[in-house]
Amino acid sequence: MSAPLIDFDEVIANFDPVLGLEVHVELGTASKMFCGCATEFGAEPNTQVCPTCLGLPGSLPVVNGTAVESAIRIGLALNCSIASWCRFARKNYFYPDMPKNFQTSQYDEPICFEGYLDVDVETDEGTRTFRVEIERAHMEEDTGKSLHVGGSTGRIHGADFSLVDYNRAGIPLIEIVTKPLEGAGKYAPEVAKAYVGALRDLLRGLGVSDVKMEQGSLRCDVNLSLRTSPDAPLGTRTETKNVNSLRSVERAIRYEMQRQAALLADGTAIIQETRHWHEDTGVTTSGRVKSDAEDYRYFPEPDLVPVAPSAEWIEQLRSQLPEPPAERSKRLRQEWGISEKEMQSVINAGALDLVLATIAEGADPAASRKWWLGELARRANDEGVELESLAITAKQVADLEALVQSGRLNDKLARQVIDGVLAGEGEPAAVADSRGLQIVSDDSALLAAINEAIAADPDAAQKIRDGKVAAAGALVGAVMKATQGQADAGRVRELVLQELGQ
Amino acid sequence: MSAISRDDVAHLASLARIELTEQELNDYAGQLDVILTAVASISEVAADDIPPTTHAVPVVNVFREDVVTPSLDRDSVLDHAPAAEDGRFRVPRILDEE
Repeated sequence: MSAPLIDFDEVIANFDPVLGLEVHVELGTASKMFCGCATEFGAEPNTQVCPTCLGLPGSLPVVNGTAVESAIRIGLALNCSIASWCRFARKNYFYPDMPKNFQTSQYDEPICFEGYLDVDVETDEGTRTFRVEIERAHMEEDTGKSLHVGGSTGRIHGADFSLVDYNRAGIPLIEIVTKPLEGAGKYAPEVAKAYVGALRDLLRGLGVSDVKMEQGSLRCDVNLSLRTSPDAPLGTRTETKNVNSLRSVERAIRYEMQRQAALLADGTAIIQETRHWHEDTGVTTSGRVKSDAEDYRYFPEPDLVPVAPSAEWIEQLRSQLPEPPAERSKRLRQEWGISEKEMQSVINAGALDLVLATIAEGADPAASRKWWLGELARRANDEGVELESLAITAKQVADLEALVQSGRLNDKLARQVIDGVLAGEGEPAAVADSRGLQIVSDDSALLAAINEAIAADPDAAQKIRDGKVAAAGALVGAVMKATQGQADAGRVRELVLQELGQ
Repeated sequence: MSAISRDDVAHLASLARIELTEQELNDYAGQLDVILTAVASISEVAADDIPPTTHAVPVVNVFREDVVTPSLDRDSVLDHAPAAEDGRFRVPRILDEE
């Protein structure tokens, strides 16, 4: 299954990557794009459908005004121009995920066009800003979900039949398409990841979508081609679908660069095709070959009237936009007194909103950053999930930090409390109670352990008596071990030194 | 020159999944050509400053409030489907094995 690859450094030495990203965002509206059906995620199949989204004869669509407003706000936040007049179009195709046999979309008249989003990426020469130019952002509707039954792989190819749920069909979708992104070189995977991450933060800040990649409310398709040099003509591109986490964006591009380079180095032509990213195995496999026969016979949707946002409406929406993420991060950096690099690591970890929420729950900024970027980032990485998907809330992290501040827990015990919270054992205080986690603050109990440690290691004790206080570390370590970490290491150290006359 | 060729008609028929005989292709190419030529005369009078008409009534911005309305009962929906299973529409194989 896996294709031959060449080393990434070798790819960069011989080829110049050109990227294009298509991001689909499901809007968080209560009802669908063209009908009043609910949009709740995870509902029983086909319980959020009506004549319009089932494409029954005689049904007529009516545009959801809130979805149009969200589309304009997204465009404005992406520095786009907003069309003063635009239409919907029918994209005709034969595939059962749309019961109408067409998807209502926009074709040559997108509501938003010509914008950009600046993203910061760490390079060998420090932080560098890449401008990702936006070609367009248009309105459309999501498709139904198919379950492919039978066949060898559970995939669409060779399945015996498919089962379709139209709950998702008709949910408002904004497709955001970049212009070809050139000049990123070896940073192409990081730039793409930073772009999708920045876009996610921006959309979340606008409050237009819950942007949950794991639930498919933010989906990314990656177009990639290689050429021998920045002056050479564009190479043949592939479109990789199903890239549904920030980490996958980076990995999928890296993989596709290595795969294409191996083929080109071997003198093999790249086939223009759709490829599927497999999160578990970290490879892409061939899907549908794109051919000239792909002709959607777009035409203006006759059942809908044009959308013509007035200049007043657009300016009103512009004036209500939230603080742009880049400016917000600059402001917070100053408030928290941290470097640009430290701020960038918060953003790259997808931790900014979580840290802010934790601060809002009462923890101080440094502690909030420490938990999310340290222990919790490590757990998320181990589990291969996004930080925000961890089974712990900002409130729980703030409560945990309060337990540390109150002197009940030290960091080591706090980590055990995190284990409990992630395992669903309840709130931090309850986990600490049920697991019996508590710093031993009773000096007499500590002194007993200290005296045992001194007896067990007379050499270290003598060194301390001789004034080499650095040797206290060995005794403190022994005491911490004896108390199973339930002691305040600072207090133990004080007592050790005191016992040995220092 | 004709406005639409026989090959164009064959291409459109295949995109629309309509099976046409040789005779029908010839007939429709001829008929569609007459229609398209007639419609094309509009372009002769339409100047650049005249926006294309997409609707009989010049109206824009017909929006509805973002309010949930009741959906259909699932059983009654699936009763009308040729086949259903597990609360879903059952559809024939979409793509053959690669």
